[in-house]
Amino acid sequence: MAESSEGGPRQFSLRPPRSSGTENIPAADAGSTSIDSAESELAEDDVIDLSLERSDSKVVEVLARLDSELVGLLPVKSRIADIASLLLVDKMRRRFGLGSSRPNLHMSFTGSPGTGKTTVALRMAELLHHLGYLRKGHLVAVTRDDLVGQYIGHTAPKTREVLKRAMGGVLFIDEAYYLYRPENERDYGQETIEILLQVMENERDDLVVIVAGYRDRMETFFQSNPGMNSRIAHHIDFPDYSDAELERIAELILNEQGYYLDDDARIAFAEYLTLRRERPHFANARSVRNALERSRLRQASRLLNSEKTVLTKSDLMRIDELDIRASRVFGRVDEAGA
Amino acid sequence: MRVTQGAFSFLPELTDEEVRAQIEYVLSNGWSIAIEVTDDPHPRNTYWEMWGLPMFELQDAAAVMAELAECKKTYPQHYVRLNAYDASYGRQTTALSFIVNRPESEPGFRLDRTELSDRQVRYQIRAYSADAPVGQRYQG
Ligand SMILES: Nc1ncnc2c1ncn2[C@@H]1O[C@H](COP(=O)(O)OP(=O)(O)OP(=O)(O)O)[C@@H](O)[C@H]1O
Ligand SMILES: [Mg+2]
Repeated sequence: MAESSEGGPRQFSLRPPRSSGTENIPAADAGSTSIDSAESELAEDDVIDLSLERSDSKVVEVLARLDSELVGLLPVKSRIADIASLLLVDKMRRRFGLGSSRPNLHMSFTGSPGTGKTTVALRMAELLHHLGYLRKGHLVAVTRDDLVGQYIGHTAPKTREVLKRAMGGVLFIDEAYYLYRPENERDYGQETIEILLQVMENERDDLVVIVAGYRDRMETFFQSNPGMNSRIAHHIDFPDYSDAELERIAELILNEQGYYLDDDARIAFAEYLTLRRERPHFANARSVRNALERSRLRQASRLLNSEKTVLTKSDLMRIDELDIRASRVFGRVDEAGA
Repeated sequence: MRVTQGAFSFLPELTDEEVRAQIEYVLSNGWSIAIEVTDDPHPRNTYWEMWGLPMFELQDAAAVMAELAECKKTYPQHYVRLNAYDASYGRQTTALSFIVNRPESEPGFRLDRTELSDRQVRYQIRAYSADAPVGQRYQG
């Protein structure tokens, strides 16, 4: 931990600087909505200003950001919009004293690698917070190792501790099927699953569980754990991206980082995508991100090794055809990856 | 005689809502939080029993409230306190500590005076409740 050591003794303050280093990902904007705004109940003939209610909850804002920052994923987006509507209507109903049980929002995200499951889960946490469903709206991302212990008596406390950290937010379990190992009937993962099932049923007020993983393996996981399946209300499938979508994702990523593809490079990149898809370990948007990362590298060395004596801003931003075509995907077929 | 240790002990008992708000304050400072229990009210008794492990990196008070409820259910007639620990460099100490549960009746302390040579007097306080063995105090 760093200390500000500008001479003199350190002053105590009532609010010392927050230590960093938690793996929790905080909600982008923690604030605003409280869950039980102590409003008095509305009368029979009152009306609610819908547009005010909408803007208060920031739901439009968050959904719009989701739409602009994530390419494609239409089925996912429409499902999220549905959930948002339900929660907003629920909130308004409550103001008239119309009770309804708290909706079950545990979810399962299935899809190929790099289709945006983790990214969407983060947004979901934020959205649920703005809609007053979650008190904090942070996301705790875990895998089997964070939940399952090494010896008898280790698993339950370990799982409980993670659950405690996730309270008020979303517990995101990546590759949830690793929790269940059918080949070993004494596997401690079973204990974790049992605790999860109990919490998902009884502590819905405190956290939302999202399990994620590849489609077919999640399928088998649910088949062997029907209890888990029945506690999950929303099964959301993330489709693979089309080439056009991947190109738009590339543009988005580059734009974010202050780069752009020139026209030839764009053509080259489209070809690259077609080739890359055929190769092993294709991971949709993540492959795109990695490919661009490498072309940035090549651009940098191209610039430094060039004959040029001066560079313009545009030189620094432009990724050209060669930066793309130097990829191994275009050349030797014997090596994997690239 | 009401034992007054830690913060808020001269105030009326905190309600659950008030305790929750204090916990939220603790968490918002990034302090870890621990629950401790004892049935020995002596002021020099600083090492209380831990209820589970300290809790780190929480974002929400719900987890602490649940542990607290569990603890009070097990030890309804014990002293239960919450300790918040500030691990930041230069402080590294308890930042807030307060009692959240106490026995229904607290019989208080007896003062013993021992006469020594040269008219010296040595004083000692004894909790009436501590005459019974650990775990059997505050039963009636
Ligand atoms: N629709 C999209 N628009 C823009 N960027 C995207 C989109 N989908 C994914 N990405 C980017 O792709 C990368 C990988 O996404 P993410 O980590 O969410 O995938 P994942 O489905 O969780 O993958 P895995 O199953 O391997 O964990 C991220 O950097 C994310 O920003
Ligand atoms: Mg992921």
